[in-house]
Amino acid sequence: MAALIDTPAPSVQAAGVRNPSFLQIQDVVKDFGGQRAVNHVSLDIAKGEIFALLGSSGCGKTTLLRMLAGFETPSSGRIVLDGQDLAGLPPYERPINMMFQSYALFPHLSVWENIAFGLKRDRLPRAEIDERVAAMLKLVQLEAYAKRKPHQLSGGQQQRVALARSLAKRPQLLLLDEPLGALDKKLREETQIELVNIIEEVGVTCVMVTHDQEEAMTMASRIAVMSEGRILQVGEPGDIYETPASRFVADFIGNVNLMDGTLVQDHPDHVVIDCGHCSHYVGHGITGTEGMAVTVAVRPEKIRISREVPPGPHNRLQGTIKDLSYFGSFTVYHLQPAQGPVLKVSQSNTERWRSEALTWGDTAWASWSDTAQVVLTQ
Amino acid sequence: MKAPAAIARSPQADRRGWLSGRAAVIGIPYLWLLAFFLLPFFIVVKISVSEMETVSVKDILSWSDGVLQLTVKLSNYAYILADELYFSTYVASLKYAAATTVLCLFIGYPFAYFMARSRATVQPALLMLVMLPFWTSFLLRVYAWKGLLSDGGWAAELLVSTGVGDLLYALGLLTVPDKFMHTPFSLVLGMTYTYLPFMILPLYGTLSKLDLRLLEAAADLGATPWQAFWRITVPMSRAGIIAGSMLVFIPCVGEFVIPELLGGPQTLMIGRVLWDEFFSNNDWPMASTLAVVMILLILVPLALFHRYQAQAREAGR
Repeated sequence: MAALIDTPAPSVQAAGVRNPSFLQIQDVVKDFGGQRAVNHVSLDIAKGEIFALLGSSGCGKTTLLRMLAGFETPSSGRIVLDGQDLAGLPPYERPINMMFQSYALFPHLSVWENIAFGLKRDRLPRAEIDERVAAMLKLVQLEAYAKRKPHQLSGGQQQRVALARSLAKRPQLLLLDEPLGALDKKLREETQIELVNIIEEVGVTCVMVTHDQEEAMTMASRIAVMSEGRILQVGEPGDIYETPASRFVADFIGNVNLMDGTLVQDHPDHVVIDCGHCSHYVGHGITGTEGMAVTVAVRPEKIRISREVPPGPHNRLQGTIKDLSYFGSFTVYHLQPAQGPVLKVSQSNTERWRSEALTWGDTAWASWSDTAQVVLTQ
Repeated sequence: MKAPAAIARSPQADRRGWLSGRAAVIGIPYLWLLAFFLLPFFIVVKISVSEMETVSVKDILSWSDGVLQLTVKLSNYAYILADELYFSTYVASLKYAAATTVLCLFIGYPFAYFMARSRATVQPALLMLVMLPFWTSFLLRVYAWKGLLSDGGWAAELLVSTGVGDLLYALGLLTVPDKFMHTPFSLVLGMTYTYLPFMILPLYGTLSKLDLRLLEAAADLGATPWQAFWRITVPMSRAGIIAGSMLVFIPCVGEFVIPELLGGPQTLMIGRVLWDEFFSNNDWPMASTLAVVMILLILVPLALFHRYQAQAREAGR
């Protein structure tokens, strides 16, 4: 499932620069009665990093997070935090705090008492508890709501209380389980940035779980894409998006046109791939042999659409516009070639009105540059 | 054309109020309570302030020389306060009811807790087991205890052989180490046995609704399982504790059958005194006075409970 691009994955370099040994997940497996939820997962997470586990529901990301928190015990493998093996440590003895999905705030306690809960368990002196809760309330800008009960707060405020509660004990590792899943879209976008700012201000290492790729891309410094208990790819958001290592990752993150074809010309500086209905000229070499089956992935925003005929013979396709989705800032055209699958092309609407705007039924040409494609094995 | 007309008329029907279906649904239970609870209660209150006329109760309203006379005799109420017997009987009733409530809570809470935590497929069966005793007559079940606890009954022999009898004797619950019947012990045992399901069911109701993620959150924040239980589970089940305690305490105060069958001379409770006043002394005004005072004694905690619930509802939980 490895990418055939011969440039080294930048994520490896980035991780190598930092101290990678702060949190080590070593070959962790979790079985639930014959069902394998987490399948030989190994990860190194650096201090101060915001790391996202991204995948659809049931991919094992939450189980992995719960093993970090101590709610589940790995069937095999080790979890080491700052040199300490966490095996056998119950959740209440781990220097790890979690912000739960839909927050799990204590409904019978006020905001102040919720935040102070963990500090009281540590038997800190009253003055210090007061001081630290006040600092937390200030951090999340909820000073005026200290005496409220959770149900008297809005969703966004509850989320901030949950964050303050999980940060109050100054954990070495902060876990976020679908941190913004309970908020509506508009609020989610605002909160993403705010949440990252707070986490960076505190400087805590953070592992988050999300099924929302935008959330992962906006918040995380690195992302691990998971499917069926395995990690498919680890990298910075840009790497995951621009150089997906497999068909699954390319398809899971963002929109993509996948075209199956055969490698017909293999040169050190370029390759040509024949997909039947179109021919790809890729401007870099790949490790492969002529005649092997490959998949070419092209993101819709990297394709131009026009009535004018682009210079040939590679990296172009003619078709009729079968469908058109207007999103305001951009439009997605579904271009149906004479043969082969529909090509999705997205074009940003840089002008308010375009007299020559393409519409349903128009014949148009799609074209892309020789750097737009990613070549994947089957 | 008929249907829209009917729709248009319906808000008016609502405004007419007492004719609407909703008013009937709310009104019928109220009428029931008025006719069969409030009215009899006022009759009892009336009797309690009446005079006794050899064998019958004298009407408090009477015509004499064309003038309507209202005769209210409050001396019965004064007598209750003055007489040592009544006061101590009330105290005994409250004491035994309180002991029963505490025992039911201590036995019922773990029971309800493990019931709520057991696998979802087992829970209906466990619930059924809790309610199973109701299928047998309450009287039969109390009589069964009589046989078990009297001399030679196997429960009595078990208690003696395991040394529990000596322990109860040392605690002052028995006057003789191997005589269990007609003691405070047998009385409280019988009441605890009878009323336990009334404690378990509301507790199970609140505990089964408890969000287990709250316990995970508590553990995550450093609370040991024991701390999480006291800081989260117990406060979150407060409504169930209060409801269960009320359901046990209130009927126990006025309990007549269990003290009669399992209790003894030491365990005179208000239900027995009431019975004596009605049927032995034939002093209906005194008996009614005792009943009214008992109702007041029960209404006070009930009113407190409702106030607590109203506050809790206002606070949202």
